[in-house]
Amino acid sequence: MTSTYRYLPDTKQDQEEMLALLSISSTEALFEDLPEEIRLDGELNIPEAVPEPLLLKKMQQLAGQNINANQYPTFLGAGTYDHYIPSVVNHMISRSEFYTAYTPYQPEISQGELQAIFEFQTMVCELTGMDVANSSMYDGFTSLAEAASLAVAHTKRSKVIVSQAVHPESRAVLKTVADGQTYIIEETRLAGDVTDLKQLEEQVDQNTAAVIVQYPNFFGSIEDLAELKKIAAAKGVLFIVSANPLALALLEAPGNLGADIVVGDMQPLGIPMSFGGPHCGYFAVDKKLMRKIPGRIVGQTADDQGKRGFVLTLQAREQHIRRDKASSNICSNQALNALSSAICMSALGKQGIRDMAQLNFEKAAYMAKRLKEKGFIIENQAPFFNEFIVKLPLSVKEANAKLLEAGIIGGFDLGSDYGFENQMLIAVTEQRSKEEIDQFINVLEAVVNG
Amino acid sequence: MNTRVEGRIHMTNATANLLYSKEHEWVLSLGENRVRIGISGYAQHQLGDIVFVENPAEGDELTANETIGTIESVKAVSDIYSPVSGTVVSVNEELESAPETINEQPYDAGWLVEVELSNPEELEALLNEAEYQAFINEGEE
Amino acid sequence: MVEYNQLIFEVSRPGRVGSSLPVSDVDKINLQELLPKHLIRQEAAELPEVSELQLVRHYTALSNKNHGIDNGFYPLGSCTMKYNPKINEDVARFEGFSRIHPYQPVETVQGALKLLYELQEDLAVITGMDAVTLQPSAGAQGEWTGLMMVKAYHEQKGEKRTKVLVPDSAHGTNPASATVAGYKTVTIPSNKDGLVDLEELKKHVDSDTAALMLTNPNTLGLFEKEILEIAKVVHEAGGLLYYDGANANAILGKTTPGKMGFDIVHLNLHKTFTTPHGGGGPGAGPVGVKKKLIPFLPVPRVDKDGDRYVMDTNHPLSIGRVKGYYGNFGILVRAYTYIRTMGPEGLRQVSESAVLHANYLRKKLEPYFEAPYSQVCKHEFVLSGSKQKKLGVRTLDMAKRLLDFGYHPPTIYFPLNVEECLMIEPTETESKETLDAFADVMIQIAIEVEENPGVVLEAPHTTVIGRLDEVQAARQPILRYTKEKHKETVKS
Repeated sequence: MTSTYRYLPDTKQDQEEMLALLSISSTEALFEDLPEEIRLDGELNIPEAVPEPLLLKKMQQLAGQNINANQYPTFLGAGTYDHYIPSVVNHMISRSEFYTAYTPYQPEISQGELQAIFEFQTMVCELTGMDVANSSMYDGFTSLAEAASLAVAHTKRSKVIVSQAVHPESRAVLKTVADGQTYIIEETRLAGDVTDLKQLEEQVDQNTAAVIVQYPNFFGSIEDLAELKKIAAAKGVLFIVSANPLALALLEAPGNLGADIVVGDMQPLGIPMSFGGPHCGYFAVDKKLMRKIPGRIVGQTADDQGKRGFVLTLQAREQHIRRDKASSNICSNQALNALSSAICMSALGKQGIRDMAQLNFEKAAYMAKRLKEKGFIIENQAPFFNEFIVKLPLSVKEANAKLLEAGIIGGFDLGSDYGFENQMLIAVTEQRSKEEIDQFINVLEAVVNG
Repeated sequence: MNTRVEGRIHMTNATANLLYSKEHEWVLSLGENRVRIGISGYAQHQLGDIVFVENPAEGDELTANETIGTIESVKAVSDIYSPVSGTVVSVNEELESAPETINEQPYDAGWLVEVELSNPEELEALLNEAEYQAFINEGEE
Repeated sequence: MVEYNQLIFEVSRPGRVGSSLPVSDVDKINLQELLPKHLIRQEAAELPEVSELQLVRHYTALSNKNHGIDNGFYPLGSCTMKYNPKINEDVARFEGFSRIHPYQPVETVQGALKLLYELQEDLAVITGMDAVTLQPSAGAQGEWTGLMMVKAYHEQKGEKRTKVLVPDSAHGTNPASATVAGYKTVTIPSNKDGLVDLEELKKHVDSDTAALMLTNPNTLGLFEKEILEIAKVVHEAGGLLYYDGANANAILGKTTPGKMGFDIVHLNLHKTFTTPHGGGGPGAGPVGVKKKLIPFLPVPRVDKDGDRYVMDTNHPLSIGRVKGYYGNFGILVRAYTYIRTMGPEGLRQVSESAVLHANYLRKKLEPYFEAPYSQVCKHEFVLSGSKQKKLGVRTLDMAKRLLDFGYHPPTIYFPLNVEECLMIEPTETESKETLDAFADVMIQIAIEVEENPGVVLEAPHTTVIGRLDEVQAARQPILRYTKEKHKETVKS
């Protein structure tokens, strides 16, 4: 195997010396314990190796077959958003001391990662108003399902109620997770664009482990957490809130409105859309649940000289110690993306994040107002953040096709998940200019007027 | 447990009246069907520095040989099995803020719970100190 | 040089900013008019207030306190800490990949879907499976996804099986995943050669066995030679065979889990396929299955309809969704780029070289450390620190001593069935000079244990911080910074 591959350093001489020490003549001898029947006859049937310059070109071409948000302004949201990411974020996460390290098992040479995660946990606690946050989960969807499982384990009850105003993919993942365990999921229907409080009240009983809502909900509407909490609290039910962390810059923290567990995805803060992943789930709890939280947690301590340092802590919860008694199997998480969002939150800062959230409120409100002026119906009754539903006189598919022709990525079709025909969920972030918004409306208007 | 350390109980007058389970809990009779439960010196030594105890709550019904809680050290976690059946009448709340008490005084201030027995005959199945020591020695062979 | 020891919150001063946002070009809104008071944030979240340069200095200083593969050798067994190619990073950041939305019309993301489709195909070939899902975010999620398919498969046949078998040397995620999927775990002991004890296995396999989870080579780095017999035992009882791909770096182009008789496989793209470990993630844990399990794969699936790539959700027997969207796409892009870089011969050479390196290093260290198993190893091997323990020095101490020489220690105290275990995985991307230098240091440490144990017991000596008090961290957890009294603890 004289090296023709840049990631393989062995020279012919290296190889001979290593084989000589082992008293064998070829590496084949090291595979002799593989039964004859299972060995491959020829090479793997995959495409041949491509040299770097050609591969870069090929990958550019492949990327070029996608329309990206830099080419066409996008009005898609529904859980993943096109937000401003300060340049500094990518530069810092590209420090390979961070991205080529693994889980900080050796704290003495991992203080950078450990401290960064400790800071991330702090920022999540600040935004959510909770006592304790972990170092990340796969994404907001799986984080929500883990919250439900925690609630079931903690309360020893077997029913979880989830609002239909929670992201359809969250509910789908939750269903899969519940199928593996012993709890049942009940959905609470909508009252317009928010959770139906009346039905929820009827559903909550002594066997209910948790009530799950989203804030702002899937339609952008801001649920009244105080009212929802009252219903949950009456039966000692855990209150789980899935929240957009950017919106929390201006919305009251769920922790101050009675949430027991707050989950969500940090994607709006410093993480590229990247076709849906990798993003970064967050998971924050009230202190009574501290030792039940899934995933890794960093804690502050000191060395033998009394110097401040950070370690992975409360590890007895985790799979590598508790094995089949662990309540979560998570091991690898999304640490690098947690770092991205921590850097982004630091760059935005205390005021910047509020300004950004304010811009989102304003841009969405502007677009909704303009659409209304043009005679379109806005379906949201509750106040909304950076997303809202518009009713169209034609199918969303047709509208989006026209928008695409005009160089715009249109909104999310609520038809298939909710049966809301001709209703489009539109997201307007700080990235969308007034001009782009106006153009979107002009295209729609032209389509409608024919 | 796969780490092997010395398996001696430090025999004292205080431990001579105790009964033991094979899951390394001790039981002290407080009279009138009431007992106090803790873990043995051997068990705390095996676990190492204890960082957290999850005890049952007052009023919980216990069944002998079933899990009633957990004890965590930094890199291990161990189930607590109730040596008896009955109702929890008192919980050692000190352990919440000072779990190390179990390491320091496993037979005294490091007790876990007190239980009102529902089936006092179960005590007969437990080991006395000499039998427990023999049981540990066997495991150490 | 003055050592940097500040939290970002301690650098913060009111009024500083590290970013710039556009001025609003639309009407102002007053939240007081929009929302009821109790839903408006009363107290701003205490995020840091720092300038851009302060931010850069802070994170650069932190990075300097971190050891990654680019800093030095990282032989962390079972984690496959091989080089993370830079082209992969560049490609994943192309705007055509990083700035596309998961709900865009399929005609605007044909490049992304083509990549996913081809990666599915490649991984199916590499694992010897018939179809692959790219959805799971990491190995553990892949395991759970696989076990949910096991469950669906048996239930479809009208069978309710309750147990999953795992060897005692298995990763903790195996039993934990089994529990999360609703199964009871039964542990199968290893024999004295470190392999699955076939007789013990036979005792436990019955009509209640849903699956056996196995990694091959196993976590001791040993190839389960009797794999076909093992497969037969499990299959004859109606169970399925699950391959934990954590150790796939030893088998590329040599054999496949499919050939070994496995029905389901997960791969860790962040191990075998060079995507960076990121300080703990994100990874990706694709799952491959044999034909009989295809109907149960999670949705959506990437498919091809003529020349067009599509997302397909119409599979009534599917276990459903396991994650949002289509998996960790950015990670999948990196793995695809790597597979294209290496090609079939390159991947085969990866495994040959990884196995040669492990055996070479083992041979060099065997005279100095207890080597519990004599069989030729694959991509990794275990040593026991039992000899040193008798002299009062534990494996943990030797691991800390390695830090003084700029090495990340091997995995320690795992697998659980080896006393004072050191699990060493050198990988194929390290040069012989690095292996030799590491061996020299390990030998030096072994000699120190005999002649000057204090220097090992008190290690590390050169790191930015000494051994940390983990007991205190767990007893009185401080899990966040608090401005007013940052020594305050969060009590349970």
